[in-house]
Amino acid sequence: MAYMKDDQRKKLAVDVTRNSKGATKYILITISVLFVFFMLILPLFSVIVNSLKEGLGFYLEAISTEYVLAALGVTILATVITVIVNTFFGIVASWALTKFTFKGKQFIATLIDIPFSISPVIAGLAYIMTFGRSGWAKPVVDWINDMLGTDIKIVFAIPGVVLATIFVTFPFISRELIPVLNAQGTDEEEAAALMGAKGWTIFKRITFPHIKWALVYGVILCTARALGEFGAVNALSKTRGETFTLPLEIDALYLAGSADSITASFAVSSILVIIAVIVLILRNIFEHKSKANREV
Amino acid sequence: MYVELKDINKSYGDFQASKDVNMGIEKGSLVALLGPSGSGKTTILRMIAGLETPDSGDIIIDGVRVNDVAPSERGIGFVFQNYALFRYMTVEENIAFGLELKKMPKAKIKERVAELIELTSLKGFEKRYPNQLSGGQRQRVAFARALAPNPSLLLLDEPFAAIDAKVRQELRSWLREMIYKVGITSIFVTHDQDEAVEVADQIIVTNKGGIEQIGTPKEIYKTPETPFVSEFIGRSLLIEDYHKLKGFEKGEYKGAIIRPEFVEAFKSDNQVFSDVMDCSEEGVVTDILFRGNSLELKLEVNGIELTTFRSLERRSVKKGEKMRVIIYRLFAVDDDKAYLLENQELKAKDVKNRRLEAYLYSSDGYFVV
Amino acid sequence: MAKARKFRGGRVIPGFGLTFGITIAMLSILILIPLASVLFQSFRLSPSEFWGIISMPNVKHAFATSIGCAFIAAVINSIFGIMLAWVLVRYEFPCKRIMDGVIELPFCLPTAVAGITLSKMYSTKGEIGGPLFDWFGLRISYTHVGLVIALIFIGIPFVVRAIQPVLEKLDSQYEEAAYILGASRRKTFFKVIIPELRPALLTGFGLAFARGIGEYGSVIYISGNNEKEHTQVVSYIIMQKLNYLEYESATAIALIMLIISFILLLFINIIQIRQSRRTNNI
Repeated sequence: MAYMKDDQRKKLAVDVTRNSKGATKYILITISVLFVFFMLILPLFSVIVNSLKEGLGFYLEAISTEYVLAALGVTILATVITVIVNTFFGIVASWALTKFTFKGKQFIATLIDIPFSISPVIAGLAYIMTFGRSGWAKPVVDWINDMLGTDIKIVFAIPGVVLATIFVTFPFISRELIPVLNAQGTDEEEAAALMGAKGWTIFKRITFPHIKWALVYGVILCTARALGEFGAVNALSKTRGETFTLPLEIDALYLAGSADSITASFAVSSILVIIAVIVLILRNIFEHKSKANREV
Repeated sequence: MYVELKDINKSYGDFQASKDVNMGIEKGSLVALLGPSGSGKTTILRMIAGLETPDSGDIIIDGVRVNDVAPSERGIGFVFQNYALFRYMTVEENIAFGLELKKMPKAKIKERVAELIELTSLKGFEKRYPNQLSGGQRQRVAFARALAPNPSLLLLDEPFAAIDAKVRQELRSWLREMIYKVGITSIFVTHDQDEAVEVADQIIVTNKGGIEQIGTPKEIYKTPETPFVSEFIGRSLLIEDYHKLKGFEKGEYKGAIIRPEFVEAFKSDNQVFSDVMDCSEEGVVTDILFRGNSLELKLEVNGIELTTFRSLERRSVKKGEKMRVIIYRLFAVDDDKAYLLENQELKAKDVKNRRLEAYLYSSDGYFVV
Repeated sequence: MAKARKFRGGRVIPGFGLTFGITIAMLSILILIPLASVLFQSFRLSPSEFWGIISMPNVKHAFATSIGCAFIAAVINSIFGIMLAWVLVRYEFPCKRIMDGVIELPFCLPTAVAGITLSKMYSTKGEIGGPLFDWFGLRISYTHVGLVIALIFIGIPFVVRAIQPVLEKLDSQYEEAAYILGASRRKTFFKVIIPELRPALLTGFGLAFARGIGEYGSVIYISGNNEKEHTQVVSYIIMQKLNYLEYESATAIALIMLIISFILLLFINIIQIRQSRRTNNI
């Protein structure tokens, strides 16, 4: 038994469980499939069905209104900036947290995870409290505007939307990278450093190949979440057609309440649903690759 | 001295990993740092490499104090315990990496890599990745990679730990041969005394952060200076009332260490030992264990349990059988020193004793009668 | 070796100062300082003002609703989560890989889209809500039940993804040992497997619960936000206060939410640290 490889052993376990439970197995699988179908898959179809209720012509019209196109622009802008910022942060933070030992490491890891567990609305509120009319950073922003002769607004403007999106998806990439880097250990980097390699060379030649797929997956997930962020952005964005993102546009259409606008709302939703499905498929591919990599 | 450590101290929190370490290593020698885990041997190696900094003391390589010199500028090659091969580089790329960092021209790199591939007989594996190699091959790549930039000192951290027992034997002689061929001063860490004895020409025994003894394998084996070394090397057994054994008198010692090869057990009708029969005493076989190429006998002599090996070629013995037993020598120990005690009665019969010596150190190490 | 560049030993791998500095700086500017502002602003309120806001009936009800529904959803998710993880790890069946992928859908689907879709589906005219209403007279959308369903949707991946890797690594020798010792399958499951899964389960539960308490997008449509029926969640109340520019009230409520989140986060972290300690000791 000791010589058995892990996968062999797992197979054996599967065999043991498979042979010994006939009925239980099928009951459990049936319940699971039903759960997944009703809870997760049915909503997807529901969106598509609802979006096409008024026909394809209406659908195309609904997704190409001025508001929707403007929202699409804002969404893409916010998403691109968010992904760049969070990718940079994710790589840097995961390097600091996995390649070195220092006191308070776990604490910092916990702080990075904060956006996971707090309400997105609070994220919006936090930026209003910081940069809004009564926020303490307002004078700083005003001062910068005076100095540069610019008129940068943060709250209820595009920068606020971008910041809120960054906040909500902040831990996504570091969270993907940290386990991979932890599993990889530090001895390759140590060996390279001992041979005289500089930080950037070590990262590029030694570390990066290990995290490549995890990074791609993290970026994809971060993109998906950034595209769909609602609560935080809702608090910071008030002007339809200017600072609205796609989810806010969906919200506005849905709340308008007429049958047409609700169908339009589902039509816009269907774009995001399709993106979500693509993300899921990519995720499966990249997670598979990343796992295969880790076994090297 | 090529490498020198002077009054080195190093602690991790409450744990003192190195305590007043002083040692020197000659140029061209192959040195083993031998000790149980936690004895501080790896810390010494890592400090020489620059992977750790000592809290106090000097590390000198080739006459230069290197405490403040970056690891990469100390002119060392390092073979990591798990080899730390770059998993996303081929064998070739692994070996070339250090040379690229030194900005060596491409053609030269190619030449040097080919040379090392040849030396470590890795031909045909140049394009493979580490996970496509066996443990032994990985070790050879690690060795080649460490040697590539022509270091003047080679450090190896438990070089055989990650290898199957079967292949290990082979690799030991390979590594020894290779190091002599290259002619590089080398230090390796091991917890396995067989490994140290077989590979090194100088052994440094460490214990609890300090150095117990420095010497050739033979010196370490035959004249241990401290209780720890006498007990750690060989298969040793500590007995307190050693003076109950025939031929030894009570001294100011805490006890004595006996190795199986110090104990001779023979049947009372054995003619070879007839002239020393009166130096022997009775022992009862309490247990017999089969050890592959020999038998391990447990004997009770005057209430003391002793162990000895017996060749399978000799007449068979049974559990409970009464045998004659002679103890040639033992290491008496007090708190911090070990002393060799010879069997007084055998010593008195000088001639016979020399004859017994011949058996003791017969070429295969075992008695043939 | 000639050049004696000064180097600080101990850390051989370069870049600690730089990466650590950037990490702390970005973390502070983007996350910690804004959150501290909430804290700071809420301290401007006197204790009695603070209490006045917190003890308003709709706020109290919202907390009860958010915490209660999130708890129920997290419990349901724990049960289904174990089952799904078990089925995905231990059994082979067609479409397994698709099912495994779909579990993550709630992570990728915008919450607002999930919200309007669930709301529509479970309304009295929806695909599921319709039949339930016609046959049994059940209403789901705009009730607590709807709210719980939305939270189950949001929380399920947290539990499954927490348990799955542990179950995968769980050495089958444990189970085999239990079988050989004569334990029944049910006994093996509850006495051997569940205890092994407990830390992961608690982590998943904690994450789903924390997420559920703060959830906004996916619940605000299906809940109906009716003050009288107590279907308003805390996030909704905060948003409402923001829209009415009642920032003091918003920060006071947010502060309580933050405290709850931190406690949960702390709880999850303690479990994870303990778990890693335990597994390292083996």
